[in-house]
Amino acid sequence: MTDSKPSTGGVPVPVTPAGATSGAPAEFPPAAPAGRGMFGNQGTGDVSGFGGLVRPQHTVEDSPRPYGGYFDEVRDALEEAYPAFGEAVEHVVVDRGELTLHIRPERIAEVCQVMRDDPALRFELCSSVSGVDYLGADVRRLHVVYQLTSMTYRRRVRLEAAVSVEEPHLPSVTAVYPTADWQERETYDMFGVVFDGHPALTRILMPDDWEGHPQRKDYPLGGVPVEYKGAEIPPPDKRRSYQ
Amino acid sequence: MTSNYASERETTEGRVFTVTGGDWDDVVSGVDPINEGRIVVNMGPQHPSTHGVLRLVLELEGETVREARSVIGYLHTGIEKNLEYRNWVQGSTFVTRMDYLAPIFNETAYSLAVEKLLGITDEVTERANTIRVLMMELNRISSHLVWVATTGMELGAISIMLYGFREREYILEIFELITGLRMNHAYVRPGGVAQDVPDEAIVKIREFLKMMPKRLKEYEDLLSGQPIWLERTQNVAVLDVTGCVALGVTGPVLRSAGLAWDLRKTMPYCGYEDYEFDVPTHPDGDVWGRYLVRMAEMRESLKLVEQALDRLKPGPVMVADKKIAWPAQLAIGVDGMGNSLEHVAKIMGQSMESLIHHFKLVTEGFRVPPGQVYVGIESPRGELGVHAVSDGGTRPYRVHYREPSFVNLQALPAMAEGGLIADVIAGGASLDPVMGGCDR
Repeated sequence: MTDSKPSTGGVPVPVTPAGATSGAPAEFPPAAPAGRGMFGNQGTGDVSGFGGLVRPQHTVEDSPRPYGGYFDEVRDALEEAYPAFGEAVEHVVVDRGELTLHIRPERIAEVCQVMRDDPALRFELCSSVSGVDYLGADVRRLHVVYQLTSMTYRRRVRLEAAVSVEEPHLPSVTAVYPTADWQERETYDMFGVVFDGHPALTRILMPDDWEGHPQRKDYPLGGVPVEYKGAEIPPPDKRRSYQ
Repeated sequence: MTSNYASERETTEGRVFTVTGGDWDDVVSGVDPINEGRIVVNMGPQHPSTHGVLRLVLELEGETVREARSVIGYLHTGIEKNLEYRNWVQGSTFVTRMDYLAPIFNETAYSLAVEKLLGITDEVTERANTIRVLMMELNRISSHLVWVATTGMELGAISIMLYGFREREYILEIFELITGLRMNHAYVRPGGVAQDVPDEAIVKIREFLKMMPKRLKEYEDLLSGQPIWLERTQNVAVLDVTGCVALGVTGPVLRSAGLAWDLRKTMPYCGYEDYEFDVPTHPDGDVWGRYLVRMAEMRESLKLVEQALDRLKPGPVMVADKKIAWPAQLAIGVDGMGNSLEHVAKIMGQSMESLIHHFKLVTEGFRVPPGQVYVGIESPRGELGVHAVSDGGTRPYRVHYREPSFVNLQALPAMAEGGLIADVIAGGASLDPVMGGCDR
């Protein structure tokens, strides 16, 4: 081992300790898709049996009526004010005291218009627009999430529209909610969702010439391995971890 | 007229000069300022009055701003992405670094979201909630103090800058007493707060409550009657309620336009419904109104801090569930806060079960049932929202911050265009953007 190395003039150089690079848990990056196995490792001898665990995928299911609270009122008001309700709304979910309407992506701007203008709804403020990437759980994996706030009635509602990576288009709501301007740009920047009709859909947080959309689940976190006491510790997204 | 300093080129919109510094006379010698005077000025990202690394591209005609565009992203650090690779507790240490003038708010919003996902909102103890309110209101005062300090400085009032930072330092000392750190506390955690408030901190807060009303009066004596301050703030950068709501602007800016929308009142959390305080408003929607509203809000926050102190009853500051409450067995050692020696002795020497649990809790953390929630709280800058998604694992699947700095900055062109370039500074400062929060 020592004879193959060039002379360093008697200065001791760090040598990888025996054992540090073989079998350390940190060396097995999570190759398995999320939700399978317990530690995300694959290819090593799994004698625990935990590697075969499959966590059930979260599926969207309609909540039974009555929802309770103001949710029934909101749904009924939207159904009355918006004739295409049955076609545009895919699911109505009430969970943890929050109402989520899953909207067909091409209808999102129309629904927002009704949500804002109907006197029984009056969601004047679009609090937030952002994205979530449900990689592996949904074919239309990119979900755009709109948090609407009614200042008149002090209510909140979430609209969710799902698009696929191959066809990541949906209409922009900037004409209804000008505040969505930067937030849609951020969603485009981070997830690659294209908002048709947006006045200037460019990157906002990442540099203009950046490639890829960092918040997607298949985009790596990046980072370099660091050495700690002779052993190499991989960057956070390459570490073995509980799934 | 090309010099070393300014290259010129013909475009479809006329001749464009790119100025890189140097001799200004040289650059403008060939330009008739009356007839072809549209100049594009790049202000920032390194400029003393842009509150961090904000870049503004201004198109000027003389001193009048024709178009203003803000360019952000210079402080983007990928905090939201990083959160997805740490467990739920570790999230606190990341989110506290977003809006560095209001770290307690970032932590509280995150904790409320995680608690809602876990379904333990009602289990958070009264003392923990009271401490959260106490810390948030102190933080609101310190954030508004920085606002009045920096805005004063940007508009030419230097003394207020020194006084504002002086008093803020006092609050940071209180924070240091309670959390151990002046900033980046990671003090508010899912389930409660990291540690109890020590008695000496209560004494210090009481002193602060005695001192602060006099100091606020001093600031107002310095600013409120001063002709330059009045000239530079009254009827400057006006934005009415319609404009605010359309652009998503919340917080003091919306209230200074006349709408008393404060989430502490309209959608209460952490027990704010049990406190007595007013929501200050102002009818004019100008920089002057935003100044008055913020000054009044500091007084309201003092009232809230006092009430919170009176409500502090002995009790636990964390939920009873040991899984969520970890790390709970803490003590101050020679090298700072860490696991208490007693706990280490127990897990290493006495109880194998404890060791296993300790190991599992450290490496795995707790699991959060799948689902998504949105929680909004009233930060010093407006609605701070957290959209948290869990897939049932030990780490956040997605956490999005609806940052008021980010959303409010969109209003800058609406305030600046058509006004004077000096008022861009006043208008931008009155939005109180913090770029660490804006870019995340």
